[in-house]
Amino acid sequence: MTLKQVVNNVAEMPASKKAVVDIKKLSLTFQTADGPVYALSDVDLTIEEGDFVSFIGPSGCGKTTLLRVIADLEQATGGEISINGVTPHEAREKRAYGYVFQAPALLPWRSIERNVTLPLEIMEISKEERVKRAQEALKLVELNGFEKKFPWQLSGGMQQRASIARALSFDADLLLMDEPFGALDEIVRDHLNEQLLKLWARTNKTVAFVTHSIPEAVYLSSKIVVMSPRPGRIIDVIETDFPKDRTLDIRETPEFLEIAHRVREGLRAGHSNDE
Amino acid sequence: MSGQTGPVCVVLIALLVLWYVGAVFMNAPTQIDRYNRADQAWTTGQLIEDTLAQDRPILPAPHQVAVEMYHTIFAIKITSKRSLVYHSWVTLSSTLLGFGIGTLLGVLLAVGIVHVMTLEKSLMPWVISSQTIPILAIAPMIIVVLGAIGIKGLVPKAVISTYLCFFPVTISMVKGLRSPQVIQLDLMRTYNASKWQTFWQLRLPSAMPYLFASLKVAIAISLVGAIVGELPTGAQAGLGARLLAGSYYGQTIQIWSALLTAAFVAAILVVIVGWCERRVLVRMGVKS
Repeated sequence: MTLKQVVNNVAEMPASKKAVVDIKKLSLTFQTADGPVYALSDVDLTIEEGDFVSFIGPSGCGKTTLLRVIADLEQATGGEISINGVTPHEAREKRAYGYVFQAPALLPWRSIERNVTLPLEIMEISKEERVKRAQEALKLVELNGFEKKFPWQLSGGMQQRASIARALSFDADLLLMDEPFGALDEIVRDHLNEQLLKLWARTNKTVAFVTHSIPEAVYLSSKIVVMSPRPGRIIDVIETDFPKDRTLDIRETPEFLEIAHRVREGLRAGHSNDE
Repeated sequence: MSGQTGPVCVVLIALLVLWYVGAVFMNAPTQIDRYNRADQAWTTGQLIEDTLAQDRPILPAPHQVAVEMYHTIFAIKITSKRSLVYHSWVTLSSTLLGFGIGTLLGVLLAVGIVHVMTLEKSLMPWVISSQTIPILAIAPMIIVVLGAIGIKGLVPKAVISTYLCFFPVTISMVKGLRSPQVIQLDLMRTYNASKWQTFWQLRLPSAMPYLFASLKVAIAISLVGAIVGELPTGAQAGLGARLLAGSYYGQTIQIWSALLTAAFVAAILVVIVGWCERRVLVRMGVKS
């Protein structure tokens, strides 16, 4: 069975890797004027060191909320969550993660280089070191040569790459990405996906990646978390073992299509529950 | 700039024509009266000529004002009490002092209002109601009260300028400091940036366009404040004093030249602020 070779159950994975994100029975309820909104309910998940985890689901399934809880931008109302063994708040104080938003969120009055050095300035790192690290980070996203440009002089895809460089600049081991390529066209998106994979293979960072594109999720991930809305919950976790140096060509392989099929089935099942 | 020159000239010429026509018509009744008393025959041509050359016209002609301005700005020594340069400097110095203090006060108030919830609730209504009091009513009281405790001259006038010009600065800066997007504030949060760092790196730069828009208003009304502040002091010095003295003695030409000088000073100040704005915004990478 080919699927068996590619897709493993969670239980079969060796438990020796260090858990970067550990979530148990997590729930988050927003109190609104129209009554409570159950954004997340009973979420159990472990993200291990070096994982590339994609969160996929329809809008309202809580995938972004879950990422924001990990980043301490949102507080859970129940359950337990730890990042590298500490609370999300402590992890944020230690600058344990880099966050990439849906939009580049570059500061328009700063050059690309100074946008990338912004977190380093806030962390009070010396100027020499800042410039050095910005160079390295910009090289990782192939933006060297654009240091002195201002954001408006760059295309949307390049701006988003600059924002990834900014998240990489302080070398956090965990990278949280919230639909970073959602607003870009497909060709740019494919290209950035390839670059992101190379980056992941080279740096061995742990990545949590929110998306609503099935091919993107399957192509990028070592673990796909399928979520469903109302209440936001995890309905399937699929592990893949494509090689780290995979190319876009794997999207034509039967294994790829089978995993994509399983993700789609999961999403459909999640939907039928609620309609 | 060259695209603007044509339209500006057209408007300027239209205004001058309108002014001349107005001067003839407004001064004609007194001139005709004068002819009648002197039992003098007159033609329309002579009437027009004379209406534009009266000593104390109701509406002086532009060239009369221009001659007076040339005389009092360039021909007289600037240390003279009749020099408009001297009077302009008196007004300008309190304008700038008031503008400086007012801007500082406005920015500080805005920073407080944006960062402290209770300050917004307690200060904002006062900030707004302060501007509902007519400045003409409160200006003499400020002069008198400060005079009674021994503060005279420059400072009381600057206080009135401050009173007028902190308001637009506060209102714009509150808006400007709140202009960063949620996503940008979240970004600073992920870096665990302190309030102070968020202020310097995000809020203040975001507020710069708002600040400059308000500074243009503030510098102009600061000048108005200084002029108003000169009226109750018994017309000692300053453009306001020239206006008041002119109206005491029916010196309309003097009033108009002081008025135009004030307008020129205000225009120059606004241009300087605009120039600073461009410099700062270019440094901030705004596309020109």
